[in-house]
Amino acid sequence: MSQAGKISYRELVLNGIFKENTIFKLALSLCPSIAVTNNVRNGVLMGAAVLFVQVMVNITISLMRNLIHPRIRLPIFMLVISGWVTVTDMTMAVFAPAAYKQMGLYIQLIVAFASILARAEMFASKNTFVPSMFDGIGMGAGFLLALTVISFFRELLGKGSLWGYQIINAKPLLILVLPAGGFFAVGLLMGFFNWISTKYEGRQ
Amino acid sequence: MSNEFIKLFELIIAASLINNFVFTRFLGLCIFFGVSKRMETAVGMSITFTSVMMISAALSWLVFTHVMVPLDITFLKIIVFIGIVAGFVQATDTIMRKVARVLYYKLGIYLALISTNCIILAVPLINAGERYTFFESLAFAFGSGIGFSLALIIMASIREKLELADVPEPFKGVPIAFIVTGLIALAFTGFSGLIRI
Repeated sequence: MSQAGKISYRELVLNGIFKENTIFKLALSLCPSIAVTNNVRNGVLMGAAVLFVQVMVNITISLMRNLIHPRIRLPIFMLVISGWVTVTDMTMAVFAPAAYKQMGLYIQLIVAFASILARAEMFASKNTFVPSMFDGIGMGAGFLLALTVISFFRELLGKGSLWGYQIINAKPLLILVLPAGGFFAVGLLMGFFNWISTKYEGRQ
Repeated sequence: MSNEFIKLFELIIAASLINNFVFTRFLGLCIFFGVSKRMETAVGMSITFTSVMMISAALSWLVFTHVMVPLDITFLKIIVFIGIVAGFVQATDTIMRKVARVLYYKLGIYLALISTNCIILAVPLINAGERYTFFESLAFAFGSGIGFSLALIIMASIREKLELADVPEPFKGVPIAFIVTGLIALAFTGFSGLIRI
């Protein structure tokens, strides 16, 4: 991984989306995957916030990597992350006040995401500006994709609507919008992803 | 006086059972799935978590009310709270290694894990958001700690049995743990009418 020259940018992005998908593969940063996914709009907003923070943190760290003394790198990483999270938090509070009311706490807690700190430590602090940016885009997009998929199923089946518009007029499966349903949905989707990947790898 | 006690008690019950951190607020899931494989680790983790949560809630309340509110810098709360929690955990780690070696070997490894955990950070953030008083903050932190411990211990005792169960191949590990958690969460929704606030 440290020799970014050999890896194409396309592979970097795809790696974040599929091979090291934060939620389905690494099972990290799970809190918001259930908390904000009972409708698609919140899921997408949350994913976008994470994508933004991940890319900006990666860019900042990779630009500063020669200035940071290795022994105090973790506190510096935390400072950079919490700075960008504060920016996101305040921006969301102004531009999406309704959604912010429901998920403000989870936006603030992006700061404690293991995946963001891990990418800063493992990738951005060793690579130059451009690969770090693409790595950030890949990881963030993987997260966004996972949240979108989970919230798509939960809103469609739990409320019969998508992005707030009614689609199915039958009686919805209320359990999927309840807290418990979130755990079921994520568990089932994770199992499904595992099944797909073992099948795909078995064929090769 | 007694009214205040009842309020504090209600806060503890609400934080531990009704708004349980794991089952209704979905925080600390990484650690919840990470350490709930064995009973012994689950118990050690719960003790460490509850005490760190209470002390860091008290510290951050003091800083928030007496430093940040007068100076009007509450927008910095994320950075400041992270600093407080990480600094406090690091200090405890060092002191415990010197003073209480036995305790350090038992619980030290968990201390290192939790310095920047979302559940530890969420308590001060919620306290600040709800403008709780000092004792209310402490009660909330205590209730949350108890709630998290309860969840962790229930889960650990189920997972020890789950190891022996015949689970379909793709569901082994984390996916089945999610489904089990969903079932427990379903049971916990039964607490929701316990207290009317």
